Amino acid sequence: MSPAPAHEQGSLTPAGGRARSTPLMGRAPEPSLFELSVKGRRSASFRTSGLPDWTLEELVPEAYRAPEPVELPEVSERDLVAHFTRLTHRQYSVDLGAYPLGSCTMKYNPKSCDLAASLAGFADVHPASPPSCTQGWLELLVELEQSLCVITGMAAATLQPPAGAAGELTGLLLMRAYHSANDGGSPARRRVIIPDSAHGTNPASVTLSGFEVTTVGTNARGGVDIDGLRRVLDTDVAGMMLTNPNTLGLFEEEIAEITRLVHDVGGLMYYDGANLNAILGVVRPGDMGFDIVHLNLHKTFATPHGGGGPGAGPVAVSERLVDFLPGPRPVRRPDGSFGWHKPEHSIGRIHSWHGNALVLLRAWTYVRLNGSDGLRRVAETAVLNANFVKERLRGTYELPYDRPVMHECVVSARSIAKETGVRALDVAKRLLELGFHSPTVYFPHIVDEALMIEPTETESPQTVAALADALVQIAEEARAEDGTGAAAAQGAPATTPVGRVDETRAARHLIATIDQRPPSGG
Amino acid sequence: MEIPSDLRYTADHEWAKEDQGRVRVGLTDFAQDALGDIVFVDLPAVGSEVAQGGPLGEVESTKSVSQVYAPVSGRVVEVNEALRDAPEDLNAEPYAKGWLCVIEPSERAQFDDLLDAAGYRDLTEA
Repeated sequence: MSPAPAHEQGSLTPAGGRARSTPLMGRAPEPSLFELSVKGRRSASFRTSGLPDWTLEELVPEAYRAPEPVELPEVSERDLVAHFTRLTHRQYSVDLGAYPLGSCTMKYNPKSCDLAASLAGFADVHPASPPSCTQGWLELLVELEQSLCVITGMAAATLQPPAGAAGELTGLLLMRAYHSANDGGSPARRRVIIPDSAHGTNPASVTLSGFEVTTVGTNARGGVDIDGLRRVLDTDVAGMMLTNPNTLGLFEEEIAEITRLVHDVGGLMYYDGANLNAILGVVRPGDMGFDIVHLNLHKTFATPHGGGGPGAGPVAVSERLVDFLPGPRPVRRPDGSFGWHKPEHSIGRIHSWHGNALVLLRAWTYVRLNGSDGLRRVAETAVLNANFVKERLRGTYELPYDRPVMHECVVSARSIAKETGVRALDVAKRLLELGFHSPTVYFPHIVDEALMIEPTETESPQTVAALADALVQIAEEARAEDGTGAAAAQGAPATTPVGRVDETRAARHLIATIDQRPPSGG
Repeated sequence: MEIPSDLRYTADHEWAKEDQGRVRVGLTDFAQDALGDIVFVDLPAVGSEVAQGGPLGEVESTKSVSQVYAPVSGRVVEVNEALRDAPEDLNAEPYAKGWLCVIEPSERAQFDDLLDAAGYRDLTEA
């Protein structure tokens, strides 16, 4: 007899996104590559290279030679691959299980997007190839730009910025260029308004681009304090940065009024696209009144996340900013062919060549795979999953600003901490033992003992339920009379390759390189 | 929660103490407790001009980076250099060893308008 199909098994169906079965051979620390190094050992050598045998002296003029060779690890290919494979097995990843890290949209990325990016016709093209040889690539970039403009309700976009933060800087430089052109170069507009719930990158980008931050508070419903906004608005305001939904996972109900007020003093509205996953195909920043939108392709459009790898943070703008975009931009010419065009008042290049093109290709594939109806379903399912988690946690965790959420929910462990001493950090650490990556903790700052949970649309109902149940289980264990549950949470994680790390000591006494490490390894 | 009665306070959780016409500034016990273990303190430069409510520096804890605001306008005349190597002083003794800087105020009246201990206590218990 064959087992019943999964959908008929109800709650007995295991959660596919729960990672409690990862094999581990042991918990001994993994040696560094430097410790694995043996003098003279090579990972590869050519029997014949076909190249002339040049000496270092012949190749590099003396002025450019280091006095001594840099100490690099010397390991065999076999040991090198084993080292990184072992490190991989000690990591939690999106491919391993659910990753409810709020505000980061750690959704599962379809493998077909990677497959497209590995096609030789795309991957092996040199960016300096003449446009006559890269028409397909250019068409793809133009199509992606158009798709992003349709999704955001904007007029044109640049695909150059290599990350979300680079997108923010690009957007603010566009804001500066626009005001300089319109105010005759006057530096009068020096302030950018940011809500107190904003992502930390917003004030950092404002400062980096030479503006000053003005903070505006949050009202009782979790939205921008409109009266507070009115008080700080003046003709020295360059613009306002906002994410909608905001970092509380709440839709900004008075967005039309906010954009009207900022526009009335001549400011521009900047949309931080970090939370775009919630509104994809449902509502557009352009219709809300935004002028500049940055998009985190690694969040919303399923390209690989960070870790220092290539990213992409395209910036889309309304009609009045198009002439300032970075260039050259890929364009469709009147005769149907594709080429490059530099906008008239371009702020210049943001990235060499055309941005991280293979990341852009993955996003193009993702948009094509889903289509407009599929993208809308992405947002709807993401919102449904977040509300499911929130309702399941009601009565166990505090729900500040209690109203329907968008793609993520922020709950508070404040009462649990008061009663049991188990804080948001302990809940997050204990969750690792139960087979899930931790949510974001202590953010946004305006919520005490915050846990910011974003299940994303890619997790099954079984996984979302198991995640919520695990969070409830941790709270119930913490409240157990004998205190064993609280102690377990405060000592967690005990089952992971690396146990509880001393974050304070690590930050206060940073050991940045291997040769700074004490000999004892302590 | 310790709120000394001889100090004045801001709604942003700085304390201020007048001493021979100058104003010594720090973060309150409430603030250090909310921030958690402080790992880095970015102090203003001696000689820099600061405006009331404007940025004075930053404190970084394992949880977050937070801006410190100037309780009064004036010129920074002294900073607590020891905090660079021992940021934990701010957690251990927020009103003593953990002080941040001393400001030569440009507008004396600003100090008198700061919250008193009772006013600040009401704020933290709200």
